[in-house]
Amino acid sequence: MKRLMSGNAALGEAAFLSGCTCYFGYPITPQNELTEYMAKRMVEAGRVFIQSESEIAAINMVLGASVTGARAMTSSSGPGMSLKQEGISYLAADELPAVIVDMVRGGPGMGNISPAQSDYLQATRGGGHGDYKTIVLAPGSVQELTEVVPLAFDLADKYRNPVIILGDGMLGQMMEPVSFDDLKPPAEYEKDYTLTGAKGRPARKMHSLLFDTKLLEEHNWKLSRKFQRIEQNEVKYETYLTDDADMIVVAYGIGARIVKGAIKRLRQENLKVGMIRPITLWPFPAKVLQEMAKTVNDFFVFEMSAGQMVEDVKLSLEGKGHIHFYGRPGGVIPTPVELFRIISRHYYQAHALKRKK
Amino acid sequence: MKKVYTRPKLLKEAHFHYCLGCGHGIINRLIMEVIEEMNLQEKAICVAPAGCGMLLYNYFEIDVLESAHGRGAAVATGIKRASPQNLVFSYQGDGDLAAIGTAEGFHAANRGENITIIFVNNGVYGMTGGQMAPTTLLTQVTTTTPAGRDALIAGHPVRICEVFAVLDGTSYLERVAVNKPSAVIKTKKAIAKAFQRQLDGRGFSLVEILSPCPTNWKMGAIEACQWVDEVMSKQFPLGVVKEVAC
Amino acid sequence: MLIKTIFSGFGGQGVLSMGTTLANAAMLEGKYVTYLPAYGVEVRGGTANCTVVVADEEIASPVASEPDFVIAMNQPSFARFQSILQAGGLLCANSSLVNTESARSDIEILAIPTSELAEKLGTIKVANMIMLGALIKASNIISYEAMIKNLNEILGEGKAKLIKLNKEALELGYNYVKE
Repeated sequence: MKRLMSGNAALGEAAFLSGCTCYFGYPITPQNELTEYMAKRMVEAGRVFIQSESEIAAINMVLGASVTGARAMTSSSGPGMSLKQEGISYLAADELPAVIVDMVRGGPGMGNISPAQSDYLQATRGGGHGDYKTIVLAPGSVQELTEVVPLAFDLADKYRNPVIILGDGMLGQMMEPVSFDDLKPPAEYEKDYTLTGAKGRPARKMHSLLFDTKLLEEHNWKLSRKFQRIEQNEVKYETYLTDDADMIVVAYGIGARIVKGAIKRLRQENLKVGMIRPITLWPFPAKVLQEMAKTVNDFFVFEMSAGQMVEDVKLSLEGKGHIHFYGRPGGVIPTPVELFRIISRHYYQAHALKRKK
Repeated sequence: MKKVYTRPKLLKEAHFHYCLGCGHGIINRLIMEVIEEMNLQEKAICVAPAGCGMLLYNYFEIDVLESAHGRGAAVATGIKRASPQNLVFSYQGDGDLAAIGTAEGFHAANRGENITIIFVNNGVYGMTGGQMAPTTLLTQVTTTTPAGRDALIAGHPVRICEVFAVLDGTSYLERVAVNKPSAVIKTKKAIAKAFQRQLDGRGFSLVEILSPCPTNWKMGAIEACQWVDEVMSKQFPLGVVKEVAC
Repeated sequence: MLIKTIFSGFGGQGVLSMGTTLANAAMLEGKYVTYLPAYGVEVRGGTANCTVVVADEEIASPVASEPDFVIAMNQPSFARFQSILQAGGLLCANSSLVNTESARSDIEILAIPTSELAEKLGTIKVANMIMLGALIKASNIISYEAMIKNLNEILGEGKAKLIKLNKEALELGYNYVKE
């Protein structure tokens, strides 16, 4: 059965159905409907909900709940995500699972509350202090939001690592028909690290303080090996009309959706443009892009920022191909027609250049 | 011969890293004694701070989680809400609770979280080398108040128990000390009482412990113990600050 | 088919519920649909607007920079959104509150005196449903019959008592618009 739901509410329901037992959050637009949804849903079901005094408190409550083995989550946007970075670094260091939602708004600073994709680097580079990564999932529709939530909880438990769901204001606010019929709660993992009192086992301690540089180096390499495993196994992406394409657009989330609209028009004009949409922003689908670069020369990156994911595209292509870029920072949402015009101009320029050669 | 004292089994046989004359070692021992005597080792979860107490997981034979500086009360809240059957307490210093983590402590108290905070007040940042703490006394010399704490520049010493006492969510607040045997006995009783109240579901409890720091006070151990009585406890009066009957 | 409609007016005029009602009705018809509220600083009595896109195919953007239809329930909304309406587009204005004179000659304007019509039903609160009925008649975005049939489901449990009143309001607006 389908229901018309906002992305924020649908995310809350998906988290509930995924067995999230603890939610902690602090109000910030444009994700308030998620906190409000959880306030009702969690409390009615006797699960844990706290409106915390700050985003810093919320992420630390997540850490506390997670260490007992609970499925815990928090959500925020831009400025609040900056505050959460301290806790995310500790979660990564302690190897504790957690799901953190960022409904991105325009920044930097207070910025505005319009949809943006300007937290890409913060999310994919770890974001806080120290050597670590977070898995980053970027859904493009309300239905897909509900699909990445159980995946996020699963990956968090599987790898004992924080997972970020990177949406944006539009995805959170917009309503679309959504069905939960196919939602399968993630698997339950054996958790041999939890702190629940030293009953029938020796006392446990969990800490990231490792004064001995040898020990800390070892811990960092251990984390690094885990991140390599994630890079090998968990890359997710969608391709759209790439088979015959001689220009490939790279876009994610709501941006990719607008690109799809543009590509439909481009195809009507017989311009062979396709798209790759990374669903995991970290790990980034680097190998796929490299593979594509064997036959395609032109890559067009579109994102609602001044240019963040384009860095990953450059790193992935390792100098191969030509990278075109179009960004709209500040909370501006371009239209499919606007993108159609810009991509087609780049397309024709690329073709003219090819003929000269 | 009658045995009058023995090391609690829950206190690991490790050498404390604390300075000579420091109160932390006594407080660590008291907590383990109380947990052992109340038979709570299978229930207890301690949240360790950043600061001089940060390595207490090397001494406690119970489950311990390190928290970021100041976040102990929020972390303890998360643990307790997710796992209410546990005895959950955070161990926090004055910089941790009265400066960087005031919001987390204050709001955990205000929500009446059924947790306990063991608050060690020694008036300085010890681990970082003796800087001014929110609880540093006026005119007291530290590395960041070389001419003595001046209220015009650095404000006044913070009385956490009195601040928390006005919050309707708090249930039991007591200030004690560990500078002499009689005070140590009172401190142990206060910790036991706080834990018992938590077990009885009576809500937020905090035990503030005035603790000597001879190294950063630039005093001898005995002099530091006397200073707690003669000077420090004038600013931070000992005794029960709040105890809600039911 | 891909139709973009902007609903606009004062907060409290039921502008957003017009949007969700249309979106729900379209969803129950099996159409692709998006509903996007203009979210912002919460102010009582401020302006409100939302965009509903109804389509037979996947919807690229829930934003309407050049809508096919605009519903303007008050004067500021009329002024603001008439300028972005597509050439040949239709603007449904609440003529009880809006002076419908426009400098544009390339759009159609449909004047619906929703307040006066609502008075016939005894409550101003259904002015929005009257307008929605008029829009459906004029636009054929969705099937009116199917909507009336599904009204219970569309309005949801909370409004069970108001089904009859809403139905009357939709009908009044629908019949006000001549073929």
